[in-house]
Amino acid sequence: MKEIMIVAEHRRGELRDVTWELISKGRQLSEAIQGELSVALLGKGVTSLAEALKFKANRVLLIEDDRLEYYNSETYERVLTQLITERKPVLTMIGHTATGMDFAPGLAAHLKLPLATDCIGIDAKEDTFSVIRQIYGGKINAAVSFLKKGPSYMVTVRAGAFPFVEKEPLPGEVISIPSPLTDEGLARRFLQYVEAATGEVDITQADILVAVGRGIKDADSIPMVKELADTIGGVLACSRPVVDKKWLPKGCQVGTSGKTVKPKVYIAIGISGAFQHVAGMKGSGTIIAINKDPKAPIFSVAQYGIVADLFKIVPVIKDKIKELKK
Amino acid sequence: MNIIVCIKRVPDTADADISIDKSGKDIDKSGLAFDLNEWDSYAIEEAILLKEKFGGTVTVYSLGGEDSNESLRKCLAMGADDAIRLSDPAFAGGDGYATARALAEALRQKPFDLILTGTQAEDDGFGQVGAVIAEMLSIPHVSIVNRIEVQEKKVKAHRELEGGLEEVVEVDLPALLTIQTGINEPRYVSIMGIRKVAKKEIKVLGLSDLNLKPEEVGLSGSDIQLENLFLPPVGEGAEMMEGKPEEIAQKVFEILKDKGGMA
Ligand SMILES: Cc1cc2nc3c(=O)[nH]c(=O)nc-3n(C[C@H](O)[C@H](O)[C@H](O)COP(=O)(O)OP(=O)(O)OC[C@H]3O[C@@H](n4cnc5c(N)ncnc54)[C@H](O)[C@@H]3O)c2cc1C
Ligand SMILES: Nc1ncnc2c1ncn2[C@@H]1O[C@H](COP(=O)(O)O)[C@@H](O)[C@H]1O
Repeated sequence: MKEIMIVAEHRRGELRDVTWELISKGRQLSEAIQGELSVALLGKGVTSLAEALKFKANRVLLIEDDRLEYYNSETYERVLTQLITERKPVLTMIGHTATGMDFAPGLAAHLKLPLATDCIGIDAKEDTFSVIRQIYGGKINAAVSFLKKGPSYMVTVRAGAFPFVEKEPLPGEVISIPSPLTDEGLARRFLQYVEAATGEVDITQADILVAVGRGIKDADSIPMVKELADTIGGVLACSRPVVDKKWLPKGCQVGTSGKTVKPKVYIAIGISGAFQHVAGMKGSGTIIAINKDPKAPIFSVAQYGIVADLFKIVPVIKDKIKELKK
Repeated sequence: MNIIVCIKRVPDTADADISIDKSGKDIDKSGLAFDLNEWDSYAIEEAILLKEKFGGTVTVYSLGGEDSNESLRKCLAMGADDAIRLSDPAFAGGDGYATARALAEALRQKPFDLILTGTQAEDDGFGQVGAVIAEMLSIPHVSIVNRIEVQEKKVKAHRELEGGLEEVVEVDLPALLTIQTGINEPRYVSIMGIRKVAKKEIKVLGLSDLNLKPEEVGLSGSDIQLENLFLPPVGEGAEMMEGKPEEIAQKVFEILKDKGGMA
């Protein structure tokens, strides 16, 4: 039997969305190769998560250990090395998330499995797989094949690339697998979680968000965008580089490592549309993008696009709306 | 504290009009500006800050063609002590795994306490090279680091997770950290600064210096191979607003009233 194995991602007692996406894509691939889908679930006291996953796959491989209470690349590598060596799945699928980016590359190298990271497309092809990755910040897609011959392959999958689709339940069983971990010391140790300080702003409640990106070039031009936001009763938000450069506080940042927002209208100004940004705003009601580059990836998530120099168009829009509002 | 930083020179494509070249496997790079990978500029700055605080050396490594000297020199101008370039025709076409392999072999020859890489490269975006180097050198790693506190023989690192959550972990030295943007403010390098290091020798290491076989590097040492490039399908795509700026403004006004409930 050919097995496709996904590694469930969870944090603080909750399964993360990417797990469901991996399940959907994994199930489709397992059907395409007439194989079966397994979910590897590592943790402490996670039987309720195993129950939630049970009917979504042919089996849940449950490894419980006090030492797995918090995610750690080293314990994950040890447990998954054993699991993959024993079960030899044809494909292991892991989220391309803060967690997956952390342990998948080392795990693949350790097992000498060929790895393709950050995949947005995966197809089964005889006894191998072909994938699609995005390069140059999402401006170009690359069709990629595995060069080394399997029999096992590994991919990390971009969060949000595959939707979760509800399917008829599978028989589902939970198989408890003894943990291979010992008290042998770890060179990396989890200490604690901390919330990043975000300051006063709360961009998640706004109906209209005006988000500014690196295209704004310097801090002195931020007030121009703020004026537009004020004129239209919107709140100022931004992409990550604007926070990195300290032009706006962390609380304004939209994206995977910032806030997820769903305003009625989201105006993206000088933002290219990297997936980490898009993940935080694609659920907005209506998206308007202003960018001087007609090929900017942001235009594929926006409903309305304006190809223009932001320094020219933003003041015009502001003045005109001021006038029309009178 | 002896620190190694791995850096990559990449084309700046966010602001550029890029197209796929005739081979279908690469972009047309003529006319593109190149610079130090954004993540690496934070990694080198962090290394120099640590050196300023604790002493020791900073050595930068890059696998790439002669053009990469430009980015290595930028790092020297920022305050790195030495720069080493890995270059050999056999390295051509290597993916993240093959690149990490060659870098790991080079780093093995050099005593260090800490290796810093970027979280990802702007061009290929593998997000892979750092963690693979650590695996090959059998040292612990922490990825997506946005804060470092050095302690006796160990480092406390803040690792960025999703949604503003961070995880604090502790690793024994020697270790490898992949650095996230925003951890510091990379210093400005003046043309004068670059000029000062223009004559500094950049040592080149080839395959024969690295104890590797030709089949272990480059395309033959890679996991994956690029078949072809294509433009992302536009899907539904956006409705492009055209016309005079005033007409566009009028349209935006209507959308805001209609969909955004603007009063
Ligand atoms: C682990 C991880 C987490 C991340 N989390 C986030 C996150 O939460 N949020 C986030 O945003 N990013 C995040 N990123 C970073 C992300 O990968 C991108 O680097 C970032 O989103 C790019 O921001 P940008 O679009 O503002 O800048 P760029 O990609 O540099 O784009 C600038 C855009 O401005 C346009 N432009 C330039 N000048 C003008 C002008 N005069 N008029 C009009 N348009 C102009 C350009 O054409 C370009 O499209 C994360 C990265 C990693 C690795
Ligand atoms: N050719 C290279 N030379 C030196 N360092 C590299 C090279 N490619 C990648 N790196 C390092 O690995 C990091 C992650 O790159 P990647 O895994 O390609 O996304 C970069 O930020 C660099 O620090």
